Amino acid sequence: MESFLNRYRNLTVLLVVVAAQLLLLAWQVKTTQDVRLLRVWSVSTVTPVTSALEFIRRNTFGVVGDYFALLGVREENRRLHQELGNLKMQNHFLNAELSTADRVRSLAAFQAQSPSKTIAARIIMSGTAPNSAEVFVDRGTSQGVEKGMAVVTPDGIVGKVVEAYPMASLVLLATDPSFAAGVVSQKNRVHGELRGMGHGNCKITEIQNEQKVDVGEWFYTSGYDRIFPRGFPVGQAAVVRNGNDGKEIFISPSGFQGGLDEVLIVIEGVHQLIPEQAVPSTDIHMMPPPPPDQPTADGPAADMTQGGGTDADRLKSAYKRIGDAQGHVYGEGAAPNFNAKVTGNPPPPAALKSAEPAKPEPADADGGEVHLDQPNYETQEETGATTAPVKTRPQQTKAKSTKPAQTTGGAPRETQ
Amino acid sequence: MSEFGERLLADTRKKKTPGDYVRSFAFVLVPFLAILFQVYVPRFFGFLGYLELPLLVTIYFALTRRQPIAGVFFGAAVGMVQDSLSQQLIGMYGIVKTLVGYFAASVSMRFDVENPVLIGILSFFFYFFHQFFYWVLDRALLGHMTVFDPQQTFVYGLLNAAVALPLFHLLDKLRVKA
Repeated sequence: MESFLNRYRNLTVLLVVVAAQLLLLAWQVKTTQDVRLLRVWSVSTVTPVTSALEFIRRNTFGVVGDYFALLGVREENRRLHQELGNLKMQNHFLNAELSTADRVRSLAAFQAQSPSKTIAARIIMSGTAPNSAEVFVDRGTSQGVEKGMAVVTPDGIVGKVVEAYPMASLVLLATDPSFAAGVVSQKNRVHGELRGMGHGNCKITEIQNEQKVDVGEWFYTSGYDRIFPRGFPVGQAAVVRNGNDGKEIFISPSGFQGGLDEVLIVIEGVHQLIPEQAVPSTDIHMMPPPPPDQPTADGPAADMTQGGGTDADRLKSAYKRIGDAQGHVYGEGAAPNFNAKVTGNPPPPAALKSAEPAKPEPADADGGEVHLDQPNYETQEETGATTAPVKTRPQQTKAKSTKPAQTTGGAPRETQ
Repeated sequence: MSEFGERLLADTRKKKTPGDYVRSFAFVLVPFLAILFQVYVPRFFGFLGYLELPLLVTIYFALTRRQPIAGVFFGAAVGMVQDSLSQQLIGMYGIVKTLVGYFAASVSMRFDVENPVLIGILSFFFYFFHQFFYWVLDRALLGHMTVFDPQQTFVYGLLNAAVALPLFHLLDKLRVKA
């Protein structure tokens, strides 16, 4: 036996080492426990070096440029960026609150609630796993970071903390194939599951083909994954099509716009409301609203306005007038002559026909729908937003889609 | 056997007991720098993400040491450190690099690993083997439905082999004649 082992010593060592690692793998899979000691050692060895490199890079890169562009500008820019990020988040929150039906209640809710508590973190290096998107940030358990916390930017979600070490944390990015988060669409409130694809885009699964999702529709975190607070923007649907296993929706995550350098780790999440339907851009060409119809002595307009209410109400009042003109009491005797001309202007059939509801046209790119009893503009706002005064530019005719986070439904808009 | 093959074997026999060795600090520093490169540099130069420097370093040390047992432990150590710097279970990279270290060291006992052509071929082969075997383990042991793209791996293998030549030449500077 001994001679056998000596003869195949290399092979024996190989088998022993591989078998030991296989056992280690099996133990990790079976117990779902981690070899934390080794990870802590590795991370604690590597992250100080990368942090130092990052520090050097930040403080040396473009030094000459900084010199000529005045010292302190970079610092001020960083501070302003941070401030802008905070303001963006506040803006998200405010927009979400203001878009609810009761503005006063929203303001009260806003006062009562405080936005999610976050800490800023800097990405210092990426993970080593192949086909995955992971980064390390320079905040760890000593700063209050815990495994499972959400990582966001003011523009949207970024990922979640999957490992927390004393001075660093490993963040699984939303583009990683193993990433998943619950999302909900803004307009149709369709719930789905965000999944990474291993590259820049993500897809949303678990949505049936029968459910309605529009291209350009925004998705927000639903909060049901218990990781991301409800109401954080996720991205805009770039492609929507029916597939074999449900709808195929591809989005470009909004949190990655402008590159990732600094992120926010949500220490204490606060669920927010999903903003209402996006308001079209104020650059849309919209004519001024028509003046209210003048009640006239005759003509269909009189019936439409005087009758009021529904089409049935208007028909009823028209027939009542015909009956009154012929001295007919409904429910007694033969039917009156509905074709007879009535002084006092009964509505002609054409007018009655015109009072029938028109078929609603599909919503436009901005989600606006054509409403009855209103001019059929090329772009028409949703209910609630129609009462708001809009900027009018008679020369333009096309609408531009906008990011809902910036122009959220219900918010008062600029008037010129 | 071809003339080229005979020459390779002859050279190997001549260098069967290499008198040169790599400075001991390089055994720690070089893998550390390789891992550091892998986790830091692609953040700014994304196109360098294909480089698997820890693997190339493993191949290099296994080839130069010509001791399979050393190759086994070196590969296992580098692989496990790589594993620990990601979310994945510890041992995945460890097993793959253990095998790479063993096979590279075994190959070096038979062939003249000073030959640049052979270095390129071995680097390409071990890169492909590394990626393929990792994919096999990922599917077989962990049940992950990851995708293996042979064409992409082929191209990345060629690129890594191209990088291996100057890298090995650079690392040769660390060797000291006994």
